[in-house]
Amino acid sequence: MQALYAQLLVGLINGSFYALLSLGLAVIFGMLNIINFAHGALYMMGAFVAYFLLNLGGINYWWALLLAPIIVGIFGMILERTMLKFLTGLDHLYGLLLTFGIALIVQGVFQNYFGSSGLPYAIPDQLKGGMNLGFMFLPVYRGWVVIFSLVVCLATWFLIEKTRLGAYLRAATENPTLVRAFGINVPRMITLTYGLGVGLAALAGVLSAPINQVRPLMGADLIIVVFAVVVIGGMGSIMGSIITGFALGVIEGLTKYFYPEASNTVVFVLMVLVLLVKPTGLTGRAA
Amino acid sequence: MTALTDDTLPVTPRAMRDEMILFVVMAVLLAAVPFSGIYPFFVMQALCFALLACAFNLLIGYGGLLSFGHAMFMGTAGYCSAHALKVWALPPELGILVGIAAAFGLSLVTGYISIRRQGIYFSMITLALSQLLYFIYLQAPFTHGEDGIQGIPQGRMFGIFDLTKPTVLYYVVLVGFLAGFLLIYRIINSPFGEVLKSIRENEPRAISLGYRTDQYKFLAFVLSGTLAGFAGALKVFVAQNASLTDVHWSMSGEVVLMTLVGGLGTIFGPVVGAFVIIAMQQYLAGFGQWVTVIQGSIFVICVLTFRRGVIGEIAHYFRRSL
Repeated sequence: MQALYAQLLVGLINGSFYALLSLGLAVIFGMLNIINFAHGALYMMGAFVAYFLLNLGGINYWWALLLAPIIVGIFGMILERTMLKFLTGLDHLYGLLLTFGIALIVQGVFQNYFGSSGLPYAIPDQLKGGMNLGFMFLPVYRGWVVIFSLVVCLATWFLIEKTRLGAYLRAATENPTLVRAFGINVPRMITLTYGLGVGLAALAGVLSAPINQVRPLMGADLIIVVFAVVVIGGMGSIMGSIITGFALGVIEGLTKYFYPEASNTVVFVLMVLVLLVKPTGLTGRAA
Repeated sequence: MTALTDDTLPVTPRAMRDEMILFVVMAVLLAAVPFSGIYPFFVMQALCFALLACAFNLLIGYGGLLSFGHAMFMGTAGYCSAHALKVWALPPELGILVGIAAAFGLSLVTGYISIRRQGIYFSMITLALSQLLYFIYLQAPFTHGEDGIQGIPQGRMFGIFDLTKPTVLYYVVLVGFLAGFLLIYRIINSPFGEVLKSIRENEPRAISLGYRTDQYKFLAFVLSGTLAGFAGALKVFVAQNASLTDVHWSMSGEVVLMTLVGGLGTIFGPVVGAFVIIAMQQYLAGFGQWVTVIQGSIFVICVLTFRRGVIGEIAHYFRRSL
């Protein structure tokens, strides 16, 4: 049973990353009509920024948790201002191709300087060690990742669904021209939205740095799984993305315990099943 | 939804004549390669990728469907051909058939699944399916995992053509490429191709005219996947191996890049794009990961400033469809 609980925990952690990343993809898609293929590369950048902050600036994990999403978010906003905004009105596919190119550039540059092996990032002192829960041993850091991600996801949901800013955002998603007519600066909102989505990805990167090591290609394969998560959950609802992300992480963890050979593929197989039964995705509207 | 290519010109008999002239010029130039001192291995490799890109272009350029998993057809056909040649010791022509059949079967299944969603979702689904296949091939015993299938015998085609001779192999690959290219050209200019283009331009309208658009898209997917498999089977004879790189997502990305550089929805564009990208890889092989960075930059530049691609720009300048 110990092993089962351990895999469930790993599943929850992966689920946190799926949730944070698919949430960002959904928010970006809503405003920009772009599937951000660079999401995995920006997640990786988040982890690297945390690594640089610690090793070059002596800035610890807690500050990195705040600074890395801001720094990568600003990088994202520059990308939006200099490139993505020129895609307005073009076919969706060009957004995918452009961000794929950006992902290749970012990953290629990091691979040149850091190879493909992982760099270690130590767990902060306050989160070292573990707790005995009676039925299992819980490493404190892993518990922290799950709870913190959940809080961030719910905060994002609250921001978008319950605040005035979120209401503008949702309105601009539905009808940007009309929202502009009300005097709201929609282009600036689009830039900020992209920054927010990218910041979430970078945050996931910082969280994963002590667990998965910091590698240039850490986001490359992850983003494909997250795409499958997005296809399963649909991008129509914020809560839908969060729940699907965590649920798929748990299912993947269970698969690792019961049938490890399929743990790499289970999310994709589930995607196929969902497409066969309910082509629009679990929470999605027709695309 | 804006159309992918902003200027679709009607195919007049004159335009078709121009295209046929260009085709003959291309065929003659390619046939002259063995006498020119150009390294034939490079050209053969480029021809395989050119055919793959043409097959991919059939789907994106004429059907408006961006598949981000086309490497799966190439890789699957490659593995199956290689297995048939090496383990079953089949002659080359049957080995190619095995590969094509495998790609055909795969495209039936993946097409049935992925055609259920459109636009951006279609791309994500094809990418996820190819990643699923990648992991299966990584674990399946017959692919030999990371090592791949190596040392594949080339054999004698139809018992006559000795494929171990580079020149003979070159002409076999060239004939295969030209046959595939002509088939795609025929498909594009058939009534089926016209319906496909109308779906790309305005799907609701095509539906309202009574076309079952899903069936057209499915057939286009299967044709494209099967032809991509043909390219993969040919590549086995050139590279003499079948490995995981051929099913990896980065390979699918390269195919997209080739077609984008040459020109989406142009007839000769994918061929030009394939030669440009393969040549670039050849010359920049010593620069390590900078090749990836350069490829990424080409993606960005093409999308931002050069959406018609090389052939698309030329065609636009001369007001022709090429």
